[in-house]
Amino acid sequence: MKILVAVKRVVDANIKVRVLSDETGIDMNDTKMALNPFCEIAVEEAIRLKESGSASEVIVVSIGPEKSQEQLRTALALGADRAILLQTDQVIEPLSVAKLLAKLVQEEQPELVILGKQSIDSDNNQTAQMLAALTGRPQGTFISQLSVDNSAIHITREVDNGLQKLSLQLPAVVSVDLRLNEPRFASLPSIMKAKRKPIDRRSAESFGIDLSPRIKHLKITTPAERKSGQLVASVAELVGKLKLEAEVI
Amino acid sequence: MRPLVIAEHQQQTLDAATLSTVTAAQQIGGKVDLLICGENISSVVDQAAKIEGIYQLLVADHVCYKDQLAENTSKLLLTLSENYTHIFAAATTQGKNLLPRLAALLDVPQLSEIIQIIDANTFVRPIYAGNALATVQLEEATILATVRSTAFDAVPFCDDQAVIVYLDDVHENDLSRFIAEDLSQSDRPELGAARIVVSGGRGMGSGDNFSLLNNVADKLGAAVGASRAAVDAGFAANDMQVGQTGKIVAPELYIAVGISGAIQHLAGMKDSKVIVAINQDADAPIFQVADYGLVSDLFESLPQLEQLL
Repeated sequence: MKILVAVKRVVDANIKVRVLSDETGIDMNDTKMALNPFCEIAVEEAIRLKESGSASEVIVVSIGPEKSQEQLRTALALGADRAILLQTDQVIEPLSVAKLLAKLVQEEQPELVILGKQSIDSDNNQTAQMLAALTGRPQGTFISQLSVDNSAIHITREVDNGLQKLSLQLPAVVSVDLRLNEPRFASLPSIMKAKRKPIDRRSAESFGIDLSPRIKHLKITTPAERKSGQLVASVAELVGKLKLEAEVI
Repeated sequence: MRPLVIAEHQQQTLDAATLSTVTAAQQIGGKVDLLICGENISSVVDQAAKIEGIYQLLVADHVCYKDQLAENTSKLLLTLSENYTHIFAAATTQGKNLLPRLAALLDVPQLSEIIQIIDANTFVRPIYAGNALATVQLEEATILATVRSTAFDAVPFCDDQAVIVYLDDVHENDLSRFIAEDLSQSDRPELGAARIVVSGGRGMGSGDNFSLLNNVADKLGAAVGASRAAVDAGFAANDMQVGQTGKIVAPELYIAVGISGAIQHLAGMKDSKVIVAINQDADAPIFQVADYGLVSDLFESLPQLEQLL
């Protein structure tokens, strides 16, 4: 079974971003970038499937600027076999990402596509569902468990009121949640080895898909900050304040 | 304007998130329709028919929609879409699962988690874990969006009955199959709709220690939440997670216990009206957003709190 994993370069999860004062975007100057945490879990799952003998090849793809190669190298160091970069400096909306990935699915014919459930920058949570629709495949979103059968996969989804188990016909598309696995750290030898693995660089614009944004960003603003509160000295004082001052209990 | 809202329900009862989504749709203007899919859903239909300001209640009651899976529900919606200027779903796991699939079938973009409607084409949504707000505008034949329910009040019920239209379209699903579900059983209020939420973090130390929180929650009639760290550590179930990638809550009172206050957790609760933080570490970032902070050992303060309530 061939697996395709899509990964995204995003602002590191530990960074609190700053909005530019002219309200046109986020200050990206010298901002630490990283592999989107959910994408890392997706890569780890694909590699585990290869290690267990369920998968024969793991291909990682990223759509973004030239520097996304760094994130592809990370995925290769974790154990992916080869990488594809669809290079573009445009901001690509989820629907366009899904269309580009659908083209790759057509070329590569992976039985399983694994994505993170959302990227922690735009917080959309859409691409896997859109890709599943465009390729006519079943979708398993927000999964915390995955097992492969001959012609199907069995998944557990994290839903608002608990867990849901589904069986999906292969080929399929899944998006991963946090509890699916704990990604490994790449060892030094595998980081060295990853440098020799191939990255196939292509222009995202070469696929004949209109990638221009359809959602206009009028402005990006900072949400109202909470005013700093007060420290209380005891539980009794806290209960008193909640009753008499805040009047919430 | 002709907005359609996709209802969510648990077979017998309509979800509260749907009521907030209807409010959002009513802000668009025009006649709002509501779609309910499922099997044997007459009691949900009875409830929904009394939502104030609903024009038509579309009901797809068939065994093929029993599990409300996206593969075929999206096809049903595709046949309805051309009648509508807007299609809204709640930003729940159900809505997030379904709406992007429909968007791709319609070849339109989708907005996630809108928190404000400026006009029929202009919306505000949080990005970067709520550390920035994007005001976005789009011109599409049908505008699709998931709605963050904490940002809109629930629509009231009334005595008038909406017109009920039964849909007989059958779309079978041979791609995915429902196997089982393991739903949380709790007598406490639902996390997203609770007036008070008490949440525990890694500082709770173990799943057993959550009983200290449960006792306080029971005194307050509160829901119990957890930080990602606590869920990852196995102290609490995944459906209790509050944060950027878990549930977004905005109760009257949020009590964070043993939670350090990572950006991702704050994203899920910082719109609460009053925030209380109880933590041993005086430098924990949670204190920066708390209205009332108590630097103390939670194993001493929680039993005291339970007693004083």
